[in-house]
Amino acid sequence: MSGDQSPRLPERDRPWMMRTYAGHSTAKASNELYRRNLRKGQTGLSVAFDLPTQTGYDPDDELARGEVGKVGVPIAHRGDMAALMDGIPLGEMNTSMTINATAAWLLALYIVAAEEQGVSEEQLQGTTQNDIIKEFLARGTYAFPPAPSMRLIADMIAYTVEHVPKWNPINICSYHLQEAGATPVQEIAYAMSNAIAVLDAARERVGDRGPEVMEQVFGRISFFVNAGVRFVEEHAKLRTMAILWEELGRERYGVQDERHLRFRYGVQVNSLGLTEAQPENNVQRIVLEALAVTLGRDARARAIQLPAWNEALGLPRPWDQQWSLRIQQVLAFETDILEYPDIFEGSKVMEGLVAELLEGARAEMAVVAEHGGAVEAVPYMKGALVDSHRERIRRIESGEQIVVGQNRFEETEESPLTADAEGGILVVDPALEAEQIEALRRWRADRDQGLLDTALASLAEAARDEASGDLMTATIAAARAGATTGEWAKTLRDVFGSYRAPTGVGEAAAIPADGELSELRGEVSRLQEKLGRRPKILVGKPGLDGHSNGAEQIAVRARDSGMDVVYEGIRLTPAQIAASALQEGVHVIGLSILSGSHRELIPAVIEALHDAGVSVPVVVGGIIPEQDVPLLEQAGVAAVYTPKDFDITRIMRDIVELVDSDAARAALAGNGSLASGTA
Amino acid sequence: MTPDGAALGSRLRERDLSAAPAALNLLESTAPADREQAAALMGEVSPGRLGGEAPGHLVGLTGPPGAGKSTLMAALLHHWRGTAGEPGAPRRTVAVLAVDPSSRRSGGSLLGDRARIDFDPADRGVLIRSTAAGERLGGLARATRAAAHALAAAFDVVVIETVGVGQAETEVADVADSVAVVVQPGSGDVLQFLKAGIMEIPDVLVVTKADLGQVAMRTRRDLSAALRSLGSRSTPVLAVSSLPPPSGVQELAGALEEHRSGLDVAARRLHSRRAAALSEFVAEHGELGLRAIGGRGAAEQRLAEQDPGLEVPALVGVLEQDTR
Repeated sequence: MSGDQSPRLPERDRPWMMRTYAGHSTAKASNELYRRNLRKGQTGLSVAFDLPTQTGYDPDDELARGEVGKVGVPIAHRGDMAALMDGIPLGEMNTSMTINATAAWLLALYIVAAEEQGVSEEQLQGTTQNDIIKEFLARGTYAFPPAPSMRLIADMIAYTVEHVPKWNPINICSYHLQEAGATPVQEIAYAMSNAIAVLDAARERVGDRGPEVMEQVFGRISFFVNAGVRFVEEHAKLRTMAILWEELGRERYGVQDERHLRFRYGVQVNSLGLTEAQPENNVQRIVLEALAVTLGRDARARAIQLPAWNEALGLPRPWDQQWSLRIQQVLAFETDILEYPDIFEGSKVMEGLVAELLEGARAEMAVVAEHGGAVEAVPYMKGALVDSHRERIRRIESGEQIVVGQNRFEETEESPLTADAEGGILVVDPALEAEQIEALRRWRADRDQGLLDTALASLAEAARDEASGDLMTATIAAARAGATTGEWAKTLRDVFGSYRAPTGVGEAAAIPADGELSELRGEVSRLQEKLGRRPKILVGKPGLDGHSNGAEQIAVRARDSGMDVVYEGIRLTPAQIAASALQEGVHVIGLSILSGSHRELIPAVIEALHDAGVSVPVVVGGIIPEQDVPLLEQAGVAAVYTPKDFDITRIMRDIVELVDSDAARAALAGNGSLASGTA
Repeated sequence: MTPDGAALGSRLRERDLSAAPAALNLLESTAPADREQAAALMGEVSPGRLGGEAPGHLVGLTGPPGAGKSTLMAALLHHWRGTAGEPGAPRRTVAVLAVDPSSRRSGGSLLGDRARIDFDPADRGVLIRSTAAGERLGGLARATRAAAHALAAAFDVVVIETVGVGQAETEVADVADSVAVVVQPGSGDVLQFLKAGIMEIPDVLVVTKADLGQVAMRTRRDLSAALRSLGSRSTPVLAVSSLPPPSGVQELAGALEEHRSGLDVAARRLHSRRAAALSEFVAEHGELGLRAIGGRGAAEQRLAEQDPGLEVPALVGVLEQDTR
């Protein structure tokens, strides 16, 4: 550096936008939380919706049972949205909504809520996540089949680019891919391939409006990424994405304007690596992950939200979230990172890492392209993610990958942080669901039915008219007419059909056994002799929670242990689980829930099994707070597994023992419950 | 305690569908006590006991992975159950036996098909059972034949769904009354297999993803041409699409129905029972055992002399008597 050149920026950079992913219970309670958060220095909103809202069901739907207000706020109509945004000036706010399958609907409600505040749609700023491909791949909150889902996205882009020009209609998410086990190369390649699919669909929709519209569309696409604790490589990943993005804009879409070519991203750092064991260590992890997205100016996040230290335990409380906001504020206002130009410029290590990732990502993008693009390649990518995740778990199980407090340095003092009655997490009042249902019924009764029927009929018509139906305009009209989330989604489901995404487990390669697994296979063979049939397990997820990574890993490992595995996938009602268990003649049932609805759903499943005459052991895994375990055991659950039980082979051994002793019990009782199944 | 096979069999004979899961558990079991009860069960649903062949239509649905079998299966299921929204469709009870390959490495299996078939859990007229093919690579599970025949006593339609072409298709043909081979547009394997005589000519050929237009039409034309060159003019080649609005599903069900009405079901099943008895005997006693009763020809002769109303376990018993 020459003498007169300061290593500092002439002026300190402005910090990124600071958000907290928040929302729970009711619109009113969430509104109060948002206002408090804004007073504490948060600069944007990030709305977490509950699962019924995300998947297009009203609170009184059978599938919504136990899920209302759990992982986010329930928004069933424009009245709820108005309450959520009450007193928050929408003309000035920048709101990010984690909403995908029903993104068009929630944006419509937001537009109508703004209208009611006297704010026009051109003024609105924010983001709808709206990335459906990653829902099929990793997150599971889809509602419609791939083709109409892509059309809905293209329609939304076409609408916003003209009427809501400051809105980011879609956030291409690599976040959930990493949560599903993606390596950095996979994360980059699949996110970019996904972006290509979206942009191609948009080009088809708006291509005739001239090249400058496509420039604008490209400029409005932002990303939502993840950052893990290997923060140097993670930073390289973001620089790589920026390079690929610019290249894509120039070469594939003919974008010339530098501003539109800039890689813009928001971030939520890694939750997958957060542990239940010694959860206070997660604070360090979150800080380091935040460095990955802030250290280098050339690839710094535009907006950041940080998870809370106790996410692996249950739902975080406002205080836990405040702690995470304070991490951002210390980083932005106390440290000097915003005072310098890019600190990695010229770094050989960084350049080398980027070159490596570029090469890997380009090769993987070519594979996806060979499959016919991201939509067609969903089964391939899903299978690859399941494989990567299994490899990650294997490394942790074997101790190759160290996780402090979990597989190394496990000895710990009692934590005062989790000492309170709730175990240091937020517990949503189960009575709220009934209140929401009651309020929804009142809303439905108070509407102008004629107006509503007309609006929904036009929506259905727009959906049927594949060539020129404008879904977004019809959706906004339905929002004004007071339609509910469930009604909007049902109207579209009736036209588009329903869909079940590939599970990826069938594609996961069978692994050769190490010593432990061979031993287990021996156990399974012995059990098979005893039972007369190969041990058969049903694995599935009740409720609306689509985070299927855990269930998939259990299914694959059970297969690799030598069991016959019926993998049922996500979004199952208790009645479906019971019917499957009966028809399939399984010996044991494994259920996974991460949404906090286990207190309602697990007893309901056990009751349904009882009604169907199925008496086999049930094991449950997921984010289950310690204090809920006795409740589940009382309901009849044989074993409960939480994130601290990371050794899946051990879980398998437990399951084999469980089936063995259940068979012995049945033989003793003389009722042959396993073989006869039903009376 | 081992369940009462005869009781389960007579419940199936009386078309009590709720006996099906327990019957399948029993038929799949290899435990000696269970095998005895399974034989008793099969005796109760044998043609002799039923006074004729089991009334259910045994449909084989087979094709390469990714051809869209599960999606097609779901559409057929809704058609047969009268929940597809077609006016005047009869409601028929349906059992699906989905056979998936087992892992050679672990012996275990992932049976993922169920997750792709949308069904109403309260509908007692549907049963979906997934089974692993076990050591029987590329073919049926050991118990599938028995299961299909037992369920045909109680259900209107029994579908045997398998993965593969060539070997798998042949095995299904030994069990089913009507076999539909499912292919996706642009896949050349089936065409080649047909031409080379690696696979039998199916009763119905189905090209999925008709919504793909051109490619689907071309595949359909190519298959029709290949069939004609092999001298088969009667095999229908149908195009179906499962995307809404679904098309071709009613036609497929119709074609299967039509095939069966032109079939001597009794002769086909009798042949199948005798062939199954012989192969089960060989699986149990080996070629050595076969020689002990005078070889394959003598065994076939012996089976042909038996009462056509006997089920497979009884026929195996006859051969086993000869070894003593």
